[in-house]
Amino acid sequence: MPKKIKLTDKGAEFLKQIEKLSGETITMCDQCGTCSGGCPFVEEMDITPSQIMRKTMLGQMDVLDSKTMWICASCFTCTVRCPRILDVSKVSEALRQTKLRQAIDNIDIKDISKEDAEELPSIAVVSAFRKFTS
Amino acid sequence: MGKKTGVYLCQCGGNISNTIDLEKVQEHIRKEKGEDVEIKIFSHMCSGAGQKLIKDDIESGVFDRVVVAACSPQFHEKTFKAAMVKGGLNPHVLEIANLREHCSWTHKTEPEIATTKAMDVVDASIAKVELNIPLTEKKMQMGERVLIIGGGIAGIQTALDLADTGKEVTLVEKLPTIGGKMAVLTKTFPTEDCSACIISPKMSDVQDHPNITLYTNSEIENIQGHRLHFKATIRNKARFIKPEINMDECLACEQCVQACPVSTRNYWEQGVIDRKAIYIPAALAIPFRYIIDPETCLNFKEGQSCSICADICPQKVIAFEQEDEIIEKVFDTIVVATGFDIYDATEKAVFGYGKYKNVVTALEMERIVDHISEPEPPREVGNRVAFIQCVGSRDEQIGREYCSRVCCMYSVKLASLLKAAKPETDIYVFYTDLRAFGKGFEEYYKKAQKMGVKFVRGKPSHFTEHPFTKQVSITVEDTLSRQVIESDFDLVVLANGMGLSKATDPIANFLKLAKSEDGFLKEAHPKYKPVDTLVEGVFIAGTAQGPKDIPDTVAQASAAASRVMVTLAQKEFSIDPILAFVDQDKCDGCKLCIDNCPKNAISMNSNGKAEVEEALCLGCGSCIASCPTEALDLYAYTSDQIYASIDAMLSNKNENEKRILVFADNNCTYRVADALGVRKMKYTGETRILRMPSSGRVTLNLMMYAFKKGADAILVGDCEVNNLRVPWTSEVAKKNIEIAKARLIESGVPGDRIYFEEFNAGALQRFVDTVTKISESIKGFEPITSEVKEGLCQRK
Repeated sequence: MPKKIKLTDKGAEFLKQIEKLSGETITMCDQCGTCSGGCPFVEEMDITPSQIMRKTMLGQMDVLDSKTMWICASCFTCTVRCPRILDVSKVSEALRQTKLRQAIDNIDIKDISKEDAEELPSIAVVSAFRKFTS
Repeated sequence: MGKKTGVYLCQCGGNISNTIDLEKVQEHIRKEKGEDVEIKIFSHMCSGAGQKLIKDDIESGVFDRVVVAACSPQFHEKTFKAAMVKGGLNPHVLEIANLREHCSWTHKTEPEIATTKAMDVVDASIAKVELNIPLTEKKMQMGERVLIIGGGIAGIQTALDLADTGKEVTLVEKLPTIGGKMAVLTKTFPTEDCSACIISPKMSDVQDHPNITLYTNSEIENIQGHRLHFKATIRNKARFIKPEINMDECLACEQCVQACPVSTRNYWEQGVIDRKAIYIPAALAIPFRYIIDPETCLNFKEGQSCSICADICPQKVIAFEQEDEIIEKVFDTIVVATGFDIYDATEKAVFGYGKYKNVVTALEMERIVDHISEPEPPREVGNRVAFIQCVGSRDEQIGREYCSRVCCMYSVKLASLLKAAKPETDIYVFYTDLRAFGKGFEEYYKKAQKMGVKFVRGKPSHFTEHPFTKQVSITVEDTLSRQVIESDFDLVVLANGMGLSKATDPIANFLKLAKSEDGFLKEAHPKYKPVDTLVEGVFIAGTAQGPKDIPDTVAQASAAASRVMVTLAQKEFSIDPILAFVDQDKCDGCKLCIDNCPKNAISMNSNGKAEVEEALCLGCGSCIASCPTEALDLYAYTSDQIYASIDAMLSNKNENEKRILVFADNNCTYRVADALGVRKMKYTGETRILRMPSSGRVTLNLMMYAFKKGADAILVGDCEVNNLRVPWTSEVAKKNIEIAKARLIESGVPGDRIYFEEFNAGALQRFVDTVTKISESIKGFEPITSEVKEGLCQRK
């Protein structure tokens, strides 16, 4: 269902933070869709890369709940093609960093079964705690 | 000396006298100059009474030069010059001291600072005017000869307008027919007039007009420029057909064309239909004559001697031995109408143009659509057609930021024409923004939508060709539904943007025409002089100046014609006397100045000394820095005059005071300072502003002399690159400043003391910030010792 969104100071602050973290001027995005059309993983994403740019520009912080930035493989196809020379993958990374710094527990260590713990690569376990180290 | 200077201190109805203590200024001047000056304080110098005062004083022979200390010269310099002439003096023995904008208004709240500054400003003006010499404008005669380069619709329109008013027009076109890109188009938007049908009457008018000399298949080999006096060398390339002029001999029987064994790409059919090596360019070509293309003709290939056409010709008019003709002509004005090239889409591999069979340019599509209704069209379009917008426009990846302005509408046109001819075709236009800004454009766009053309907002990213069907698959996000489309198309039409035609480069080079950031030719002023260039007597028309559609091009072409008429109507032109000159005794013939004048205004005379071609000099003073013997100088801004001004301006400085000397270029920096005064915006009272013709005039010696005389820091100001009156001055200034900075370090002067800033007319706060920053940073500097000062500059 389409919902009404509010343009808030907090949202504007969010845009500034993502721009600072990524070093990209997100308001420059023309919404031409070149990034999405060329993205090799776009079918795995819930919203398209250009939507990530749009939502961030409008300060819609629910962009952080999208899967897209985690699907992004930083292959730079979008970066190479953007007619405004924006580095979309840097914006993706900035969003990932922002999400991680919220330090929300995604996994409780107790919930991992013994079998899983044995099978899981150790790097995956370490990554689960990355929120404290990023 | 025998010279006496009249100094008028204007109260400006209180604007000046309420802040500045003019009595004190008067007293100061009396003390400094004694009997050499005659000082008067008056309420309104610009009024009739004020002007009469100057006139009467001059007539009574009290003095022979004048300083008016009043408002900025940009307001009343002309008024006072006129009063000088009325009194019988040369207008150039006048100096304006800017007491209002630079002193009383800016320092409204600090009367003491304003008064001190006013004394310095008046002193500097008196010191300068004592060295002013009478200057006269030179007059040069003009004819009515116009060269128009480029035979597209812009060149044609300009040529006809000028020829109709009796000007002697020469039109040069590099291709074998005039008509330009319009001769390739099928129809025009939004009215769908047949393009060839509306341009061909104009083309024949050009051919038939008694005042137009037409050279097709010709190139400009060289233009030697005087301003309003140009010598052009035109190469009229051989057509290899006899006779050169008279068509009667050739029967246009087509036997030669049928016999020719060569088949090659026809530009006027954009490769949709091929042509032979001997051909008539287009059905409506002007001149309607055969031509042999030596690039493909086998007769010109090494080791071959095909002469089938010559053998078959019943009139024997084919002449392989024909040679190019070189024509030299003199012109008073030139119109550059060299047009555009479409973006070469092979430069960006992603589109697959040149690699995929079914990816075509819009210009190719013009021809495809032109033939589509024929019983057997040379090229079919298939069922699903895609138009791709912004190919080579609005794309920073390839350095083209600008919008090409016509692509949206020509794509709408091609889509509409195709849909009308083949209603079953499924047509998609992929766009980023659809710009339908012109008269009738929005309606035309709506009409296309009504016909069933589908507009999809998104810029395609991927293009792949199916190996067997040769269909092109496109991947694109529909940014409105936020879905990614991946689909096959039978034909993909690229909406190529415009770029300056490559053929323009040598011409821009001969004429020293500047380009704007988008790569097109730069107009003299984006608002008020849209068809003038910075080179006097050279005008631009059409797409060489920037992307535009046909009506805009025609309007601009007529504008260029009218500007040419205005210029030529003057019959003679005067040369501003502010020009560079060479002291023949001091010049040692080192030639260093020659390369430092981008106008090529300096050459060596028969005595081996440098000489300035006055018709070419723009009076920027950039050459002066390159002269090791100080032989080069600039009238009205001679080194002696500037030295005297600097000396006088800084001589009242107390030991504990600081001074920032601002060398302000007349066009931007000086005006910014004026505007600050008008707005009563305050900046540091340590500033002293000296008017300069450009930043390039500020030589190393002038800077060193300023430090010697007590300046603590220097700010050199010029216009931002886009507003520079003379395009190269800021480059020269930067070079001079670099050398000056090195000299200061060598001489042991502590601190960073020389600043350069580029202003535009609105950069008020930046000026304030810059001088504030300088003022702050020089606070901590040790004063320059008198020993070091002596070493900086030999001049006393």
